[in-house]
Amino acid sequence: MLTYLIQRFGQAVLTVAAMATLVFLGVYAIADPIDVLAAPDATPDERAQISRRLGLDQPLWMQFATFVWRALHGDLGRSFVYNEPAFTVILQRLPATLELAFTALFIAIALGLPLGLWAGLRAEKATDKAIMGGSILAFSLPNFWQGLMMVLIFSVTLGWLPAGGRGETVRVLGLDLGFLTLDGLRHLILPAVNLALFKLAVVIRLARAGTREAMLQDYVRFARAKGLRPARIVGVHVLKNILLPVVTVIGLEFGSMIAFAVVTETVFAWPGIGKLLIDSINRLDRPVIVAYLMLTVCLFVLINFVIDLIYAALDPRVRLAETDA
Amino acid sequence: MTPAATLPEEPVPYRADPVWRAHARAFFRSPAAGLGLVILVAVALVAALAPWITPQDPYDLASLDVMDGTQPPGSRSFAGLTYWLGTDAQGRDMLSAIVYGLRVSLVVSLSATLIAASVGSCIGVLAANAGGRLDAVLMRLVDLQLSFPAILIALVLLAAFGRGIDKVVIALVAVQWAYYARAIRAQALVERRREYMEAARALALPRTSLIFRHLLPNCLAPVIVVATMQVAHAIALEATLSFLGVGVPVTEPSLGLLIKNGYDYLLSGKYWISTFPGLALVAVIVAINLVGDRLRDVLNPRLSA
Amino acid sequence: MSAPDRTPPANAPVLAVENLQVAFRAGGREHLAVQGLDLSVSRGEVVGLVGESGSGKSVTGLALMGLIDAPGRVAGGRIVFEGRDLMGLSEAELRRLRGARMAMIFQDPMTTLNPVLRVETQIVEAITAHERVTAKAARARAREALVRVGIPAPDERLGAYPHQLSGGMRQRIAIAIALLHRPALLIADEPTTALDVTIQAQILAEAQDLCAEMGTALIWITHDLAVVSGLADRLLVMYAGRVVEAGPVAEVVEAPLHPYSAGLIGSAPSRNKRGARLAQIPGLAPPLGRRPPGCAFAPRCFNVRPDCSEPPPLVRRSGREALCRYPLSETVVA
Repeated sequence: MLTYLIQRFGQAVLTVAAMATLVFLGVYAIADPIDVLAAPDATPDERAQISRRLGLDQPLWMQFATFVWRALHGDLGRSFVYNEPAFTVILQRLPATLELAFTALFIAIALGLPLGLWAGLRAEKATDKAIMGGSILAFSLPNFWQGLMMVLIFSVTLGWLPAGGRGETVRVLGLDLGFLTLDGLRHLILPAVNLALFKLAVVIRLARAGTREAMLQDYVRFARAKGLRPARIVGVHVLKNILLPVVTVIGLEFGSMIAFAVVTETVFAWPGIGKLLIDSINRLDRPVIVAYLMLTVCLFVLINFVIDLIYAALDPRVRLAETDA
Repeated sequence: MTPAATLPEEPVPYRADPVWRAHARAFFRSPAAGLGLVILVAVALVAALAPWITPQDPYDLASLDVMDGTQPPGSRSFAGLTYWLGTDAQGRDMLSAIVYGLRVSLVVSLSATLIAASVGSCIGVLAANAGGRLDAVLMRLVDLQLSFPAILIALVLLAAFGRGIDKVVIALVAVQWAYYARAIRAQALVERRREYMEAARALALPRTSLIFRHLLPNCLAPVIVVATMQVAHAIALEATLSFLGVGVPVTEPSLGLLIKNGYDYLLSGKYWISTFPGLALVAVIVAINLVGDRLRDVLNPRLSA
Repeated sequence: MSAPDRTPPANAPVLAVENLQVAFRAGGREHLAVQGLDLSVSRGEVVGLVGESGSGKSVTGLALMGLIDAPGRVAGGRIVFEGRDLMGLSEAELRRLRGARMAMIFQDPMTTLNPVLRVETQIVEAITAHERVTAKAARARAREALVRVGIPAPDERLGAYPHQLSGGMRQRIAIAIALLHRPALLIADEPTTALDVTIQAQILAEAQDLCAEMGTALIWITHDLAVVSGLADRLLVMYAGRVVEAGPVAEVVEAPLHPYSAGLIGSAPSRNKRGARLAQIPGLAPPLGRRPPGCAFAPRCFNVRPDCSEPPPLVRRSGREALCRYPLSETVVA
């Protein structure tokens, strides 16, 4: 187990290193680093000064070493737009994105599991076909388009919910959270549902397939022969069996939720790191882009690492297969 | 069942029914897939013939009149032209803009898919054939790339490159090649143990001919299946990137960019600028998915074997 | 039926089945998996239901429990259990019977217990489904049930998950669960097939003893004639959805009337001399929906005559029945 852990950890560190190198190359080697790091309206004097200060006259490997050294100290440059360290700018926006992502995750599971169960129990009937048809649409239509339609229907036409922004927030343990106020909650619903839709479809499919399989198993037949109520059979015997794969997949998908928050936050003007990224790209505020990338890469690697560990702890066969390979 | 055994009018020499014909027959057994194909053919024709069939050239700024800006669907211009789908802020006829936007979307996604399929297939076949360390490194790369969401990778590349049709294509290729590489490698690992490959090897054919003339053509079924699904992804991803403002340039708006341009007006109730390009986008994607699902069923090697 | 009749006379059968039909829908058509089955089981009696796979024996068991799912359905006949016609009961009423008055155990002990629930949970839920008891009392009953089926260290086993137990242990637990409420009828669908031969014999003996002790009638479904011949009082031989022969076990085994029964007996290993080739029935049972008209066994029968393509008559001989136009006399088998 320890070998496996070290091996996995090594791979994680390697991935971060590889991505850091790519980001470095993307920012410092492909594009002109002065363009990247100086404000777009900088004078030639300022540009020369920055070039000296950042040691851009040094050979590439020296620059890389400096970049890594600074990155390890959490120094990813200063934002031109906000005139603050890029990392700080990102961290300020992170709670909004996390709130959005966790709410979406909750919706995906809380709605997807029952719907998937229901569809699985009524396989090939009208309910099943309706649910699966809906999930295919949620699957294949572009997320931003779904968000737009939600705005058109629920904000513009019906006027039920606000079209954008975060609404009122309260400070809890140093974090600004919106879901604790009615106004914040009203602002949260549409973006969270929008971000949840794709994962919702994933959960429905997994739950439906799992339910169909479980319902054919002998243990369900035996449970019925014992005279158990249908609610108990579905709610305990079937649900427990499909929960593990669903939770695992959703855990793995959490990272991609952070990434897809870019789209949702843009549609709903949600002040998180995704909208920040797009704004930064449009304003050429590239230190913030670098900071965003490094943060998400680390987040991804961390999530994958944790899921791998959970898997290994749950299923000894995974460990064996890994050492064989 | 379709009547398979209709007799030919006059005696023809016996020929084995070509595989594609059996596939075609199986394909059209699904009416939904047939409808999807009809939509796709229609969309492709409209996009190809855009300059001849649209009432207006949306790129020709001289023909636009700001006085006609944000007119609702069905209104008429001073020149007597009817804007069936309304106009955008610059007074551009939405119908024309959508047809041209469709053109951009299709060109971008189809060329990206073609390049990604070619690059990915070559890499996949090479990896399967080389085996050993090269294979391990390439597949590790594929795994690594697939573990990050496509949109994130595309955003990073476009942030570095800037806007542009060619740059969007590069970003889409970079995102998608790995799917093909993985699919074709799996198939190639099976195929290279088949007898025809043994025979080709026994003939001591040159290695490149062995790989590209014998092995590759026999691995194409999964590529076709992956490609149909990836085209839909490419269209959706291009639209998303353009919507985010990092995709195609404003001078050549794709469907995604048209939607973005109309988004601000959507909030004030002028729904048509965003909605109609969106519907076109949705129709294309749904049609491709219908066709792709059916193709996957028909071509699935595991089902037909 | 009228209310005063609720307690059946002492000698009435626990279960009386008349002309049971079970149909399955496939390819737009309904096919009869069980056709005109008659069966009567008295208190404490052991009935063996024998046949090849696909003969309809397992479907019969499920139909008796009311557990036939779509695309299948009970298409006709009567199932009278403890004086009540099961066809007239609602699903809720059936559920109250299942596990309490009638119980069933299945073939594969690896899969009949839910892999993600502890043994204790699975026993306790079977108790609380039919009785209001405290958690403590239920646990005590669960422990007691394990002791009854001869499981060592019951406290430890209660906390275990199924995969931590051997196949024999799991089947014992399934039996313990089935007998929790002292049912009037236990249907055992090949419960020993997946087990080692030595374990098979133990479980067989235990199940029989427990049923005898509780007065539980037992329907033992199997493809293995050797298993039931030492266990059952009566035997029903099924082929292609029909009972082709029924009678007291000793008589059927000694002198089968139906050629199919004779074939089954001939192919049972225990009936053959050492070193001799096992006798076989040539061919395969016809799949559902492709059963020949007339006698379904005719294509494989060593004793087939031209008019076997007509539906075979039911032949009765002193408490025995056979569905055959040309039943065997004693001399043919020997």
